[in-house]
Amino acid sequence: MHQNQTKYNYKRSNMLKIKNLHASVEGEEILKGINLEINPGEVHAIMGPNGSGKSTLASVIAGNEDFEVTDGDILFEKSNISELSPDERAHKGIFLSFQYPVEIPGVSVTNFIKTSINQVRKSRGQEDMPANEMLKKIREKSALLEMDRKFLSRSLNDGFSGGEKKRNEIFQMAMLEPKLAILDETDSGLDIDALRIVSEGVNRLRTNENATLVITHYQRLLDYIVPDVVHVLLDGKIVKTGDKELAKELEERGYDWLKEESTAKV
Amino acid sequence: MSLKDKLISSFLAFEENIDLENDIHTQRDSAIKYFENTGFPTKKDEAWKYTSLNSILKEDYSIFPKKEFALDYKDVKKYFIHDIDTYTIVFVDGIYSSHLSSTTHDKFDACLMSSALNKAKYKSIIDTYFNKATPEDSLVSLNTAFTREGAYIRVPKNVAAEKPVQIINFSTGSETALMVQPRNLIIAEDGSQLQIIERHQSLTDNAVLTNSVTEVFVGKNANVDYYKIQNDKTSASLIDSTYVKQDRDSVASVHTFSLGGKLTRNNLNFYQNGENINSILKGVTILEDKQHVDHNTLVHHQQPNCESHQDYKGIFSDKSVGVFNGKVYVDKIAQKTDAYQSNNNILIDDTSTCNSKPQLEIFADDVKCSHGCTIGQLDNEALYYLQTRGIPYKEARALLMFAFANNVLDSVKIPEIKKRITKQIALKIGVELGFDL
Ligand SMILES: Nc1ncnc2c1ncn2[C@@H]1O[C@H](COP(=O)(O)OP(=O)(O)OP(=O)(O)O)[C@@H](O)[C@H]1O
Ligand SMILES: [Mg+2]
Repeated sequence: MHQNQTKYNYKRSNMLKIKNLHASVEGEEILKGINLEINPGEVHAIMGPNGSGKSTLASVIAGNEDFEVTDGDILFEKSNISELSPDERAHKGIFLSFQYPVEIPGVSVTNFIKTSINQVRKSRGQEDMPANEMLKKIREKSALLEMDRKFLSRSLNDGFSGGEKKRNEIFQMAMLEPKLAILDETDSGLDIDALRIVSEGVNRLRTNENATLVITHYQRLLDYIVPDVVHVLLDGKIVKTGDKELAKELEERGYDWLKEESTAKV
Repeated sequence: MSLKDKLISSFLAFEENIDLENDIHTQRDSAIKYFENTGFPTKKDEAWKYTSLNSILKEDYSIFPKKEFALDYKDVKKYFIHDIDTYTIVFVDGIYSSHLSSTTHDKFDACLMSSALNKAKYKSIIDTYFNKATPEDSLVSLNTAFTREGAYIRVPKNVAAEKPVQIINFSTGSETALMVQPRNLIIAEDGSQLQIIERHQSLTDNAVLTNSVTEVFVGKNANVDYYKIQNDKTSASLIDSTYVKQDRDSVASVHTFSLGGKLTRNNLNFYQNGENINSILKGVTILEDKQHVDHNTLVHHQQPNCESHQDYKGIFSDKSVGVFNGKVYVDKIAQKTDAYQSNNNILIDDTSTCNSKPQLEIFADDVKCSHGCTIGQLDNEALYYLQTRGIPYKEARALLMFAFANNVLDSVKIPEIKKRITKQIALKIGVELGFDL
C-alpha cells in the first residue's frame, strides 16, 4: 500500500469505501472491479485516458440510474448506499460537480440553490434556512468564487459559457458544504485566472472532516489542489495508485507504459 | 331535437322579447341564418380536425335560464382576483349580477353590453365596432344571433384605466344543463391602456356550454393586456372566440391559462392594421383526467414592420389531449415582419396526446419568421442533475414543470395573477414549493 493512504488510515474509518465495483450501461461493462478508499481530510485524484470510465465512476457514486451496478458495494460512512437515490446520497453529503453541467432554463440559480439547501435541510429534519441567512450565505459564497452577482438571477446554466458553468458548480458545492465532493474535470473550460480562483475556493472549503475526489487530465489543477493520492483508471480498472509524483510522471510519459504494464500482468 | 334545431326555434322566442326596432336586429337575423346554413363545426372542417364537439352537443341545454340565482360574495370570493383593487363585471348564468359587480363610468366605461346595445348614447359606437372584428363563422354567428349580455369596456383616448377589469361568468347549475353566450366588446382608444382578467367558472357538476365571443379594438399607440383564466370543472366546456384588431404602434397581449375544463377551444385572432404593431399570444396548458384544450391562433400581418410573439406551453397527463394550431399570415405588403411562434409540450404519460400544427403563409420576401414545436418528456438528465443537489424526484419534476412554464409567466404584468397561477400550477402538480418564480 502507498504511504499516503496508510498515513491517514489510523485517524478514523473510511468515508468512502468502494469494493470490487462493476457497472455497466446498456449491457456493456464499463467499470470492471474498482476498489477505492477515501478518508476524511484527503484529496484523491483520478486520472486516465478518455473513455476509461472516470465519469462513469463519478456517476455511479452519485447514484445515476442509467448505470447498472452488477457487482460490488459502495459504502459511505460505513453504510451501503447502493440502493439510495441520487437525492438521498446528496442528503448524506455526496456532491458531484458535473463534467457537463445540465442547462435548466426557467429556474434561476438563486431559486435553485434555495430549493436545494432547504430540501437537504428537510431531509435532516431541519426547518428552512431563514431568508436573511440564506442571502448572507449566497453573498459570501459567490464572493469566494468571485462570481458576478448577475449570474444568480439567470436561468441555471442556460447559455452559460463552459467556464461559467464550472464556476457555478463549485458555487453550489460551496453552498451545500458536502462531506465528499467529486469534481469531474472542473478544470476543463476554465481560463487561467478562473482556474486559480476556483481552486482556491475548493481549498478554502477543505477541512479535516471532508474529502475531495478530483478527476482531471492535467497536472495544472493538481498544482493548486494538491492530492494525497493519485489513481490511474484504465479500461474500467484502477491500474496504479501513487502519490502526487505519479501525476507528474503521467504528464511526462502518458498512459502507454501503464497499458503495457497492465496487459503484461494479465 | 338537436341542439341546432333547438337553438333555431329558441331564436324566435328570443326575438319576441327584444326590441325589433334596434339596428342590430338585422344583424341577429342574418347571423341565425348563417348558423342555420352552416351548423356546428365538425371534424371535417380543417380547423376542427382534432376537436370534436359531438360529446358536448348531446346535452339538452337550457338556452335561457328560468330563474335568477343570487350568489353570496363570500362563497365565490376565491374566484376573484381579490387582493388587488379592480372593477368587476359579473354574470351569473348569463345574467348580470349587480351586487357582485363594481362597474364604472368615471374615467372610462366598464359596464354592460346590454346597456351599450340598447341606450341611444352608445349607438354610434355600437355601429362602428359591434361585430366588426369578426369573420364569418358559425359559432360567432350563433353568438351574434343571441347577443344580449356581456362586458362593454371603452377607454377613451389617452386614458390609462386605473385598475384592471375582471369579467367573471359564473354558472350555478340551477339548470341541469345550461348554454350561455356572453358577448364582450372592448375598445381601447388611441393612446389608452387597459388590463383585463376573464374567467368562466361553474359552481356545480351540471353541464355548461359557453360560447363566448369577444371583440377587442386597440387604437393607435394603445396597450391592452388580457388574461384568461380557464380553470373550470370537468363538466364545463368553453368555446372562446376572441378577435383583436390593432392599429399602428399598439401593443396587445393575451395570456391564456388553461388549467381545467372538459373541453376548451380558444380561437384567438389578431389582425394588424398598421405599422409597428406588437402582438403577444401566450399560453400555459396543464391538463389531466381526459380534459381537452385546443388553441387555434391566427396572427394576420397586414402591414410592414410589425412583430408577433406566440409562445404556448402544454403539460399533459392521464388521457388528456392538447391541440395547437397556429396560423401566421404575412401579406405581401407586410415587409420586415418579425413573427415568432413556439409550441412546446410535455407528455407525462403515454395515455395523453398532443397535436401541434404550425401553419405559416408568407407572401412577403423580407421577413423574419420562426416557428418550432416540440413534444417530449421531462428531461431525465435535468431530473438527475436536480436530484444530485438533494432535490427529491417529485420536487425535481415539479421544479422542471415550473421551469418549463416559467417564461410564459414571465411576461405577466400583474404580480397577483402571476402568484395565483404559480400557486394553481403547484396545486395541480401536487407539490408544496419552497421557491417563488
Ligand atoms: N450512457 C451511456 N451509454 C453508452 N455508453 C456510455 C454511456 N456513458 C458512458 N458510456 C461509455 O462508457 C465509457 C466510459 O465513459 P466515461 O464518460 O466514464 O469516460 P471518461 O473516463 O470520463 O472519459 P473522458 O476523459 O473523455 O471524460 C465510454 O466508452 C463511453 O462511451
Ligand atoms: Mg469524463
